[in-house]
Amino acid sequence: MRDVPFKVYDTTLGSRLLLGTAQYPSPAVLAAAVKASGAEVVTVSLRREAGANRAGESFWTLIRELGVRVLPNTAGCRSVKEAVTTAEMAREVFATDWIKLEVIGDDDLLQPDVFGLVEAAEILVRAGFKVFPYTTEDLRVAERLVGAGCEVLMPWGAPIGSGRGLNNVFGLQALRKNFPATPLIIDAGIGTPAHAAAAMELGYDAILLNTAVAKAGDPVTMARAFALGIEAGRLAYSADPILPRDMAEPSTPQIGRAFSDLPKRA
Amino acid sequence: MQIHVNGKAHEVAATTLAALLAELDYHDKLVATAVNQTFVRATDRPATPLKPGDAVEILVPRQGG
Repeated sequence: MRDVPFKVYDTTLGSRLLLGTAQYPSPAVLAAAVKASGAEVVTVSLRREAGANRAGESFWTLIRELGVRVLPNTAGCRSVKEAVTTAEMAREVFATDWIKLEVIGDDDLLQPDVFGLVEAAEILVRAGFKVFPYTTEDLRVAERLVGAGCEVLMPWGAPIGSGRGLNNVFGLQALRKNFPATPLIIDAGIGTPAHAAAAMELGYDAILLNTAVAKAGDPVTMARAFALGIEAGRLAYSADPILPRDMAEPSTPQIGRAFSDLPKRA
Repeated sequence: MQIHVNGKAHEVAATTLAALLAELDYHDKLVATAVNQTFVRATDRPATPLKPGDAVEILVPRQGG
């Protein structure tokens, strides 16, 4: 079966993996991991400069040299005002109207504040942003976000950085079923390529992850492993997998089996 | 006058946001600015006055997830 291209906001992407740029052991490992992953989009942030070493400048030079598209985030913002202001600042610095919108509502689980998220999304869409909302699998919230003008949804698999995989497979399936035409990207909680493949097999369009690659013992190899896992999962989805059964069914034909005329049990 | 820059108190001579960036050696850097949690475009910095107690954010590109 021929797969359809992955498209978000009229941009067609060749890779279904979006990669975060934080927590790598070094800038060189980050650059090698991005290349190994095949990702065409990486997430970035805005922060206060720490010290006089111009780390921000060298980081931005490195990203530009990779030739990838950037998706700035509003990570850590805890109010609508903070998120909207951060998005406006990011648009100017990164020269893109794409924004990964995070409004965090809980310190322990970094759960999205979905009420603030919808409000901020409405403001940002009106201001011309292309919003990528970090949300939950809640159907009503998804409906509000799409209604606000979000053309992509990014539900969490599990809490950010937890590596727990897909906490609510049933909920994610329901979201996929209810929004068949909206690109859905799992954002957060992925720990292994198996988790990513499982999400792709559910029909999700792409995976956004960071910690699982950056904090792996060998981030570059893990980046490649995720690329393969995501491709495998997508291929499997497009190939229409069999459904689980309660009973075994022999795969080898029974007709012509030797001794088939003997009683089943001695 | 005293203002806050990135959460820290600063005694500054600058009376505009553009002058503050020059005073703090940010004038040739790629930064985004906000005053009292409101975004200020680069083109608006020369005409953005500062007053005592203002909270200025000066942000640079960094790694993100």
